Amino acid sequence: MADPARAPLLSEDRAAQLAAEFGLKPEEHERALAILGRQPTLTELGLFSVMWSEHCSYKSSRVWLRELPTKASWVIQGPGENAGVIDIGEGLAAVFKMESHNHPSFIEPYQGAATGVGGILRDVFTMGARPVANLNALRFGSPDNPRTKRILDGVVRGIGGYGNCVGVPTVGGEVNFHPAYDGNPLVNAMTVGIARADRIFTAKATGVGNPVVYVGSKTGRDGIHGATMASAEFSADSEELRPTVQVGDPFTEKLLIEACLELMETDAIVAIQDMGAAGLTSSSVEMAGKGGMGIELDLDAVPQRETGMTAYEMMLSESQERMLMVLHPGREAEAERIFRKWELDFAVIGHLTDTGRIVLRHKGAVEADIPLAPLESEAPLYRRPTTETPKQPTLDAAAIPDPAGIEQALLRLVASPDLCSRRWIWDQYDSMVGGQTARRPGAADAAVVRIEDHARALALTTDVTPRYCQADPETGGAQAVAEAWRNITATGARPLAITDNMNFGNPERPEIMGQFAACIRGMAAACAALDFPVVSGNVSLYNETRGPDGTPRAILPTPAIGGVGVLEDVAQAVGLALPPGLDLVLIGETKGWLGQSLWLREIAGREEGAPPPVDLAAERRVGDFVRTQILARAVHACHDCSDGGLLVAVSEMAMASGIGATLLPAPEGTPEHAHWFGEDQARYVLAVPEAAPLLEAARTAGVPAARLGKSGGEALVLSGGRSISIRSLQEAHEATLPALMAEA
Amino acid sequence: MRAAVVVFPGTNRERDMALALKRAAGGRKPAMLWHGDAELPAGLDLVVLPGGFSYGDYLRCGAMAAQSPIMRAVKAFAERGGHVLGVCNGFQTLCEAGLLPGALLRNASLRFLSMDCHMRVERADTPFTSRFQRGQVFRATMAHGDGNYFADDGTLDRLEDTGLVALRYANPQGETPPEANRNGSARNIAGVLSPNLRVLGVMPHPENQVDPMIDGTDGLPLFESMAASLKAA
Repeated sequence: MADPARAPLLSEDRAAQLAAEFGLKPEEHERALAILGRQPTLTELGLFSVMWSEHCSYKSSRVWLRELPTKASWVIQGPGENAGVIDIGEGLAAVFKMESHNHPSFIEPYQGAATGVGGILRDVFTMGARPVANLNALRFGSPDNPRTKRILDGVVRGIGGYGNCVGVPTVGGEVNFHPAYDGNPLVNAMTVGIARADRIFTAKATGVGNPVVYVGSKTGRDGIHGATMASAEFSADSEELRPTVQVGDPFTEKLLIEACLELMETDAIVAIQDMGAAGLTSSSVEMAGKGGMGIELDLDAVPQRETGMTAYEMMLSESQERMLMVLHPGREAEAERIFRKWELDFAVIGHLTDTGRIVLRHKGAVEADIPLAPLESEAPLYRRPTTETPKQPTLDAAAIPDPAGIEQALLRLVASPDLCSRRWIWDQYDSMVGGQTARRPGAADAAVVRIEDHARALALTTDVTPRYCQADPETGGAQAVAEAWRNITATGARPLAITDNMNFGNPERPEIMGQFAACIRGMAAACAALDFPVVSGNVSLYNETRGPDGTPRAILPTPAIGGVGVLEDVAQAVGLALPPGLDLVLIGETKGWLGQSLWLREIAGREEGAPPPVDLAAERRVGDFVRTQILARAVHACHDCSDGGLLVAVSEMAMASGIGATLLPAPEGTPEHAHWFGEDQARYVLAVPEAAPLLEAARTAGVPAARLGKSGGEALVLSGGRSISIRSLQEAHEATLPALMAEA
Repeated sequence: MRAAVVVFPGTNRERDMALALKRAAGGRKPAMLWHGDAELPAGLDLVVLPGGFSYGDYLRCGAMAAQSPIMRAVKAFAERGGHVLGVCNGFQTLCEAGLLPGALLRNASLRFLSMDCHMRVERADTPFTSRFQRGQVFRATMAHGDGNYFADDGTLDRLEDTGLVALRYANPQGETPPEANRNGSARNIAGVLSPNLRVLGVMPHPENQVDPMIDGTDGLPLFESMAASLKAA
């Protein structure tokens, strides 16, 4: 006989059928039944399916993520909490994380991107930090694909619409275009916040009987099974998934930030967790689980936006702008007063227990009763088969003819989709709100944001070069970390830690899992060599689309790195804009590596070869030298050489100020196009009053350095009297995105 | 100068504004006022409505804020001759509240615009502009979706004839071509004064250019003007 106090159990057939629909593999379903010792209710099956989704459980990636270095003396909180936390001195902590919202952004670009920003903001202020900067890393399909325009437009409007309204400046980011992202654009959003180092809040719930409190927006039927959707590849009819995309309300988020930070000034909070993917389910399970507690919720008390919602719908809803907290007993009224002041919902919806179980009651029936420990300890964990990506041959630069000449190639490169000005995008993001943005997008290799009431500043960047990862995932993984470190170094800041956002295809395919494992290997080596640990991260798999003929098409492997560094005084920061009348010096070694370079792709029309090798010891030596010179105030402008190589780097410096330069000829023995456009790593261009002392210091430090030329005039002047006006470069550089987006 | 900054739900440039006021007022912090307050503290010289998205701007920008309890008090303060500065969303709110004429429409491009602009000071004999020279051009950040100033021709003529246009979008040379007017404002108008010159609405954010370490001090004279004018008061 059925228990009248328990919601009906699903029949064996029905449970198996629903489990498959919810994305549980048959063996995972069996495991859930074994934990329960009986058939599940609908709500219970929903809980298992979302908690064990790839998105929530990291079941394919966890075994690899463990290989990443996560420790340093300045790391306060490594991976496993809502965000990572590092000590930045003066009793302050930087709290940060990057997270993907790829699948929703393809289905509904505006809301997908907007709620991506909202979600990552909550991960940061949940820990007690005021968000001070947003960044993003975006990948879109071919510019020729008519969909690209629509998706780019929606994503940029969505990021701006949310970030501008909540009043957190969007200070940096990166954008790439490649046909591999045609069906799977990537939207990775990063938030950085500042907290007192001794006032960090976590999700670890303790204290039997302590009240569990729901605050923020009401719960609706949006986003149900969003986490499951984000754990599957796309098929042709993916746009029918639109009801699984959440809708964001940045105004409510702004109120939630202020209300939470106001309550955090008191000592009323035991634990706090935002309701992100899998909403009320993951927040309640994680909070109680981390504290080794049980939790009992009365779903009748959950603030609801729609009538007639079932327990299943409430537990799986991904309605935005909601938080779950555990308070110290007796502090409810004080907390409620703050949330009411900010016109937000506040409801006590349950309490902690000592049963180690999650028990959900709704309309007089027990809708779920699951032991928490096995939900985590028995969660599926896969060491999926991997195959190594075949090595590409090293291309001989001398054997690759130059079809265009240096001037034409440069004009085309600075106008190419991956190198053209991003102004059309920045101009829609408020980068100044807060009054602390010392270097905005385009002004330096990393954004520089001062900490209010301090001289201290953060240097922030996002980086990865997916075409390198595709050609050689290990080198590409190392390069992504090295480039983030380099961009922070180029401002004069000391790089401290990273967050990673691992975007890959279907992990059930060995070649994809092989890319993942190799990228992690490269990243781990770079993190270790550069003392640049990972403190938070996010994994997004199944970024692939089946074509009409059934063949899967995956994105380029894209381990996006968000880097954070610190400057003791914002006055030490240098930008990249080239002043007149200075000597230009190139630090680092130039061999003329054309494999996987943008010149090879854009000018020679070839995507091939091994990517430039990353010598981590050289990277460290060169970067430490450059930073020391900047902090000694010897450097007036600094820019690293990355996409496009040396001449593109100099052009970017020149375009930023409108000041030209006269450059020395390429050395004997290196083909000219390889010298100017090769993408050798660990290089910086420095503008200094006098080259000689810098060259001498470099010699002493054992760092390769060479005189490059002198700044001044209105053109880049190459050997043999060849000249390219800065104005023509600027015009080519600025025209591309506005032309592409003209009718968007 | 005793200044106060009004915070509505959704205001987001109150911290920037408070820092600018503090810098100009010799370290004296402004009071922060809540939208639900029905009265202003006694003895105020200046009330500032800062930028943001009051009440989410889900109705017309500033329309809800104009109906809030504190705006009744701000209106009464202005009618008594008090000084009021509204920036961005604050300018929109002043127009919605009837303290300034005209309205701010969607930007002509229909996109949010976050970029530098230049403004030409049309008169330097006001409490807000006395530390500028007439015709001086200064740089400021703009960050708005609805900054396209609009009024009927009669109102615009009256504003021009009575010298109530405080600031105009210009190029760095001080000319006012259409390219310098990115949001499409009527007659390049960026800032408008009340007839008694004590209420100013301005669309860009001079409060973001007050610190040499951040982005220069182009906007600082505006705050120094207010501090100087209101010192004795």
